[in-house]
Amino acid sequence: MTAVCYAGCAVALVCALLVVTARNAMHALLYLILMLLALALVFFTLGAPFAAVLQVVIYAGAIMVLFVFVVMMLNVAEPGQRRERLWLTSAVGIIPLGLAATLLALTIFALSSLWSEGLAMSVVGPKEVGVSLYRDYVLGIEIASLLLLAGLIAAFHLAPVPRSEVEPAEESDHE
Amino acid sequence: MSEIAGVSAGGVLSVAAALFIIGMVGIMVRRDLLYVLMSLEIMINAAALAFVVAAARWRQPDGQVMVIFILVAAAAEVGVGLSLVLRLYHRFATVDGDRISSLKG
Repeated sequence: MTAVCYAGCAVALVCALLVVTARNAMHALLYLILMLLALALVFFTLGAPFAAVLQVVIYAGAIMVLFVFVVMMLNVAEPGQRRERLWLTSAVGIIPLGLAATLLALTIFALSSLWSEGLAMSVVGPKEVGVSLYRDYVLGIEIASLLLLAGLIAAFHLAPVPRSEVEPAEESDHE
Repeated sequence: MSEIAGVSAGGVLSVAAALFIIGMVGIMVRRDLLYVLMSLEIMINAAALAFVVAAARWRQPDGQVMVIFILVAAAAEVGVGLSLVLRLYHRFATVDGDRISSLKG
């Protein structure tokens, strides 16, 4: 499990570097998702399975979908689309495929050692986390729900473009 | 007791620190607001990793509780931040953080 943990850390570090240095927003996003999955693996090897599952389901699953939609809507890469076509050779896929394959191999290896010898360490399971969450951190839960509600209202208020911003441009187009 | 099943807590903590630094450098270097938000996600995850390592070191569930709170904060931040980026793109037709400097007063 030690080697798995350190390999996951290495994958996360490489992916973070690639996110920061990426030219294409979509590539950066995919590397970011890979980094989140690698961190989930590290969480699992550190005996935090509930945090690992939340990392995969909520972070890599839900929050990153928001990013993907916004990148698609923005169409940021419009000047570089011809360059993109040049980049999309088969050699481009080697690094992402290698990183993803490393994660897959690590996951398989971790599961096989889990079946044969079991975790050699204390695992803090979802039950203990839930008990702690709803006994010691009840106020935190309430505040978190309020924060989510505020975020929902803010996004609902900010995201649609008001007519006062849209119409002048369209009118000037007609004229 | 600083060893977690053969994994040294200091090693993973230094990985968290390195992730945090990478995210911080990304925020400072990149000007595209989407990359700034992504670098922010890297920094948030570095903090979450530090919490999980500390929780594993003392075998307490509090670290994972903190990860849940971090997830909530990150979800709210991403929702508001991305809707702001969308509005900026509609108004200025760019997501370059340097071009949006008309709020000088």
